[in-house]
Amino acid sequence: MAKGTIVIDTEKCKGCAVCTGACPNKVIALSSKVNGKGYNYLEMVNEDCIGCANCAIVCPDGVITVYRAK
Amino acid sequence: MNESIIKPENLVYRKTPVLTDNVLHYCPGCGHGTVHRIIAEVIEEMGIQETTVGVAPVGCSVLAYNYFEVDMQEAAHGRAPALATAIKRLKPDFHVFTYQGDGDLAAIGTGETIHACNRGENITMIFINNGIYGMTGGQMAPTTLEGMKTSTSPYGRDLRTMGNPLRITEILAQLPGTYYVTRQAVYTPALVRKCKKAIRQGFENQKKQKGTSFIEVVSNCNSGWKMSPVASNKWLEENMLTLYPLGDIKVPTENK
Repeated sequence: MAKGTIVIDTEKCKGCAVCTGACPNKVIALSSKVNGKGYNYLEMVNEDCIGCANCAIVCPDGVITVYRAK
Repeated sequence: MNESIIKPENLVYRKTPVLTDNVLHYCPGCGHGTVHRIIAEVIEEMGIQETTVGVAPVGCSVLAYNYFEVDMQEAAHGRAPALATAIKRLKPDFHVFTYQGDGDLAAIGTGETIHACNRGENITMIFINNGIYGMTGGQMAPTTLEGMKTSTSPYGRDLRTMGNPLRITEILAQLPGTYYVTRQAVYTPALVRKCKKAIRQGFENQKKQKGTSFIEVVSNCNSGWKMSPVASNKWLEENMLTLYPLGDIKVPTENK
């Protein structure tokens, strides 16, 4: 059971991948699909998110919203 | 994705409402966006959105006023500390910050920077140092490292003909007017949290009326450096931090 989850504003994501290295559980990766601007946007690849918000804290564009079950 | 977790009471982190919904014009992975966000978060946490005035520079961050939901002014190139001085003197109760890059603060605006800090104006200056002129096409800046290739130093910076890299933060720390001088970075979550604490202290210091707070943020310029965002952060860690080591340079004596 996942403890946390993130919501990604895929249209604003620029695919810089700075967040993927910050994730302790390798939950996020760049998609093979592209958004309206042609960037490979971010997506969740597994259910191991713990809601630590590391990805959101390093995201230069503030596209990630983090939730964690109490 | 577990949809059941997405409830307002489980919210841990969201983009602060002190930033507008405009899409940042910065390149993917640029540290400017992160610094904008943490400044906005500090303003939100301190509850000073109504009493904050920012001064935007010339450079990549020239459009910073499009992103902050606070009053902003655009200064002539390099003159942000002079404009911030005027705003702070007319509105002493307001929180005034400047946001400048290395081309603005350490090149054309060196005079204004040094004199504002020497006068000890009660403002917070945030200085983004990426060692290059990003907006105009990656030319050499005063802060460019020795041997670093830019469009105007294609064989690397040669100290004999191009001079030495300028460590303006160390210069400013010598001035009696500065109260708090620190150097931070924003390429890992831990460093972002530390940088946010430093910016928070910079804003808190304005209430004490003791002098200028100066926060340098060593940042990347992946377009100017011709690297991917992740590679530029690694290069920053390996090269920029040797000349620009992170940490507090001048700490208020009561905090020691």
